[in-house]
Amino acid sequence: MLDFTLSSLLRRKGKNIALFLVYTLIVFMPASILFFTYSLKREAEIILRDTPEIIVQRMIAGRHELIPTGYIDKIKEIRGVDQVRARLWGYYYDPVVGANYTLLVSKNTALPAGTITIGKGIAQARLAFPGDTLEFRAYDGVILEFKVKDLFSSESALITSDVIMIGEDDFRRLFGVIKEQATDLVLQVKNPKELSTIALKIAEALPDTRQILREEILRTYEAVFNWRGGILLALLAGALLAFLILAWDKASGLSSEEKREIGILKALGWETSDILLLKFWEGIVISFSSFLSGIVLAYLHVFMGSAVLFSPVIKGWSVLYPNFKPVPFIDFSLVSALFFLSVVPYIVATLIPSWRAATADPDSVMR
Amino acid sequence: MISMRKSSLFLIFVLLDLVLMGFLGLHAAYRQKNDLIFLEAKSALVRQLDLTDLCLFTEASYTRNPSQADRHTPFQDSPFSLEHFPSGSLIGPPPGSKP
Repeated sequence: MLDFTLSSLLRRKGKNIALFLVYTLIVFMPASILFFTYSLKREAEIILRDTPEIIVQRMIAGRHELIPTGYIDKIKEIRGVDQVRARLWGYYYDPVVGANYTLLVSKNTALPAGTITIGKGIAQARLAFPGDTLEFRAYDGVILEFKVKDLFSSESALITSDVIMIGEDDFRRLFGVIKEQATDLVLQVKNPKELSTIALKIAEALPDTRQILREEILRTYEAVFNWRGGILLALLAGALLAFLILAWDKASGLSSEEKREIGILKALGWETSDILLLKFWEGIVISFSSFLSGIVLAYLHVFMGSAVLFSPVIKGWSVLYPNFKPVPFIDFSLVSALFFLSVVPYIVATLIPSWRAATADPDSVMR
Repeated sequence: MISMRKSSLFLIFVLLDLVLMGFLGLHAAYRQKNDLIFLEAKSALVRQLDLTDLCLFTEASYTRNPSQADRHTPFQDSPFSLEHFPSGSLIGPPPGSKP
């Protein structure tokens, strides 16, 4: 039966090869998206698991503003708070390359005055390496020069590509942030189970602040790569539409040649069940081989090609984009779901018109 | 030359695909084990620098650090201004975030 099926498919070689290629593409796109987003989600879970437990930001007129460091003493009075410290970070737009940088002051690393550590993305954009000097325009228009002391590693590009680590005094000089202010406050608590309670107490003690918990930070990346929104929905919509058109075209009827073929087989003594089995195998050959090819190509694209087709989508207007290779974390339940959502409907779409032709009078079908 | 049946050729094609998928599975397992060191190093860097977000969308502040941005920033340019960065249409506000 399989031999006959393949011979039947090869009689319409051009059409079936085109069908195979389109179907492979339809599987390739969602599979690539699933692999990419799941991998990033898992990486985000692992990498960001030690992000600050609570971040306290000051809000004025609904916008994030600098926070007085005097708030630290008020927060320290709350039972359960272990440590509170000021965090200094901000953005700098570099008109030379049109890129946005994230500047931050590290609590652990004291950089000598006038030196910075930069991410690989910045080094590539500005062709800056250790020993080179970069110029920044301060808040008052004065040009400040900073010497590049070191680069963040390439492996950390996913978190440091656009980061500049700078000393506290240099940061305050650059942005005009006085000593009594900070960007926000970072808290450590004694009991992680009390995070929500402590956040509530901070909101009561400091009504002009908002609190961001670690679990909210982690949920951000679940939402970004969630199928209900974000990248997934935007890119899947096209593939879904293409698949629906394919299935509708298949289900809407057979060509006259295919009907004639069925009529001849019936006239030769084939039963309806034999014809349905033939069409079932035709559907399996096309859909299963397309599915396998699509999955393999998607894996190669995402995990060996660094999802090169998605970078223009994710990059948008960014000048800096991290060069990273997603780690192959694969959710097999999603792959199985993709299998059942692509192969089964296609086979059903193939069988329906075939059943109609197979149950009709062979003479009328052949004419 | 021995000519093979079409069904045999097809089954060989399927078998090769499955073998290739098996190799890719091994590749995935190897990369996961191998890259764990780098993931741990990144996690340590997050702890050291108090980082909160991945460096994926660097075109705007609220897409660069979506977990830290307030909800008004995408529309900050003027009253009734629309959100206009491409990556802003790809990510929404963090779930459960307060304005």
